[in-house]
Amino acid sequence: MYPRPGAGHVPVLRLGDILLVTLQGDLYDSTAQQLQQDLSETIVSAGVTGVVIDISGVEIVDSFLGRVLAEIAAQASLLAARTVVAGMRPAVAITLVELGLTLPGLRTALDTQAAMALLEQPVVLSHAGGTRRERA
Amino acid sequence: MSTASEIEACLPIRSDMDLVWVRQHVRQAAALLGFGLVDQTKLVTAASELARNTLVHGGGGQMDVAPVTAGFGRGLRLTFSDSGPGIADLDRALSDGYTSGDGLGMGLGGARRLVHEFEVESTEGAGTTVRVTSWVNRPPRVREEG
Amino acid sequence: MPHGSGASLEWSSGRVTAPFHGPVRYRYGNDDEETQVPEHEAGGPLGTPTLEVRDFLRRRREQIAQRWADEPLFRAVFTLSRDEAVEAGKAVVDALAQVADARRAEDSDAAGFTGVREQLARMSTSRSRAGLSLAQVSNELAALWPPVDNLLAAELAERPVEELRACTTTLSTLMGTLRVVAVQTALSEGQALIDRQRLQLLEVATPVIRLWDGIVAVPLIGTLDSARSQVVMETLLNAVVDQHARFAILDITGVPTVDSLVAQHLMKTVAAARLMGAECVVSGIRPAIAQTMVHLGLDLGSVLTRASLADALGYCLHELGVAVSSPAAGGAGHR
Repeated sequence: MYPRPGAGHVPVLRLGDILLVTLQGDLYDSTAQQLQQDLSETIVSAGVTGVVIDISGVEIVDSFLGRVLAEIAAQASLLAARTVVAGMRPAVAITLVELGLTLPGLRTALDTQAAMALLEQPVVLSHAGGTRRERA
Repeated sequence: MSTASEIEACLPIRSDMDLVWVRQHVRQAAALLGFGLVDQTKLVTAASELARNTLVHGGGGQMDVAPVTAGFGRGLRLTFSDSGPGIADLDRALSDGYTSGDGLGMGLGGARRLVHEFEVESTEGAGTTVRVTSWVNRPPRVREEG
Repeated sequence: MPHGSGASLEWSSGRVTAPFHGPVRYRYGNDDEETQVPEHEAGGPLGTPTLEVRDFLRRRREQIAQRWADEPLFRAVFTLSRDEAVEAGKAVVDALAQVADARRAEDSDAAGFTGVREQLARMSTSRSRAGLSLAQVSNELAALWPPVDNLLAAELAERPVEELRACTTTLSTLMGTLRVVAVQTALSEGQALIDRQRLQLLEVATPVIRLWDGIVAVPLIGTLDSARSQVVMETLLNAVVDQHARFAILDITGVPTVDSLVAQHLMKTVAAARLMGAECVVSGIRPAIAQTMVHLGLDLGSVLTRASLADALGYCLHELGVAVSSPAAGGAGHR
C-alpha cells in the first residue's frame, strides 16, 4: 500500500511543446538531483517551451525537494521554458508554509490539465489562470 | 499497548536511502498513534529535515523513535543523534535563513516550527542531538513572531 | 518462592508504602461505626507484605469475586447474571495479584492493570450513564475494599500485629491504585469525548459554500484562535481540491477582531492555497478593523483583499471570464 520507497525512476513525457514530469512516492535525494540535471538537457535538446511537474502523488515536500523544484523552474526559465508545479496536496502545502517555504517564484496549478491550459496562454503576464500575478 | 512495539525503533542514518526509511517509519508510527493527515505530514517533513541535517552536517547518525504519553495525551518523540562536529552557534543555526550547506536554510528553524517541542544539544567536536515531540490532536504552537 | 531474607530486609527498613489516600480506617458493611484494623497475635513465616497480599489474592480469588458480585458497583453493571459479575470480579482480582507480583502496588501505570482497564472503563461509564457523579463512582470503587480487607484480616489472624498491619497497608495501597486507574480511565474517556466534540464543533462552525463553478467561500464567524484557524485552513484547502476551485474566498465579516495572530493565519492560508494553484481572496475587512490593523502595523502584504463578499465574488467571476449582465440594460458588464 505504501509506494515503493525511493523510486529511482521519474517518468518524463513529451506532449508537443511541453514536458510532463510525474513525481510519485518518496524520492531519493539523488534521484531528485539527477532529474534536475536531466531536465535542463532535455529542455534544450527537445526544444520545449513549458514544463509541468505533477506532484499530486507526492506525500511530502521538504526543503530539499522544495529547493529542487525552485531550481528546476529557475533553470528552465533561463532556457526560455516556463514551469508549472501541479497538484500539490493540501497537507503538503500547509506544511511547506509552516516550514517557511512559500516558493514565491513558482507557478502553480490545481492539476496537470490546469497547468497545460496555463502554459498555452501567451507569455504576456496576465493575471488570469490559476497562478497569482508575478511579484518582484 | 501493542502498537508500542511497532513504533519504537532505532534507524540508522547513513545515506539518502536511509532518509526514505526514516520518513516511512515516522509516517507509519504517526498514523498508528492517530495523528491526522496534516500533522503526519508535518512530522514526517520535520523528520526528513532533521535526518538530512544528521546525514549532511553530522556525518551520519541515527534516529530513535518512541511513543510518549502525558496525562491523556499521546505523542511521538524522535531523537536524532550524531557524533559530528557539532553546532558552534546554536542561536544562529536556529534562525531562519541560516545555512551551512545545501538547502534553503530551513533545516533546524523550519523543523522547529513543525513540531510541538524541540530541544537541541550540541557540543563542539562531540556531536549534536535533536529531540522533537508532537502530540496527537493538539493545535499548533502559538508563536510570538514579529 | 525466591523471597525470604531479602523480604525481611524490606520489612525492617520501613520501606512499606504508606497508603496515600488516608489512614487505615473504613466502614464495616452498613454499620456507621468506624473500626480500627483488628489486632491479632501469633506469628508465622515472613514474606514481603506485597507478596503475601499477592498470594492471598490468588488463594481467595473465588471468595473475593463472590463478595464483590454483591457490591452495588458490580450488581448495577452486570445486571444479566451474577456469574458474569463473578467472572469480572475474578479478572480484577487477577490484575491486582499480577500488579502485586510485580511489586508495583502504588503504580497506576503497572502493566497488570492493562487487561482490566477496558472493563473498568465499561463499568464506570455505565455508572456515569446511570447518573452517578465521578465521586459517587469512586465511592463505589472504594466500597470494594472492606470485603477484601475482612477476608485478609481473618486469614492473617494468627500473624503478629505489625505483619497484619503491613499487609493491610499494602492491600489498601493496591485498592487505592485500582481506584486511581478506574477514575483515570473514566476521565480519559470523558476527555476523548470532549476532544471529539470540540473537533466536530469546529467543523460545524466552518461551512464551505460553493458560490460558482470553481469558486468556494468560507464565511468566518467568531473568534479565530490557533486551533480554529488550523481547521479553517484544512477545510478550505480540501474544498479547493474537492470542488476543483481556482478561487477561494475567506470572508471575515463575522470576525470581531484581527490581531497579528489572525493576520498571520490568513497569510498562511493564502500562501498554502497559492502553492496548490488556487487564489485566495480575503473579504469583509470592516473599516474599524482596517484602521486597527494599520495602527498595529499589521501588513497583510501579498494578500488580495476586497471590501465585501459580493466584491470578492465579482473579482473571481471576472478572472474566470464570466460576465454578469443585467437583462434590462442589455449587457452592461459587471465591474
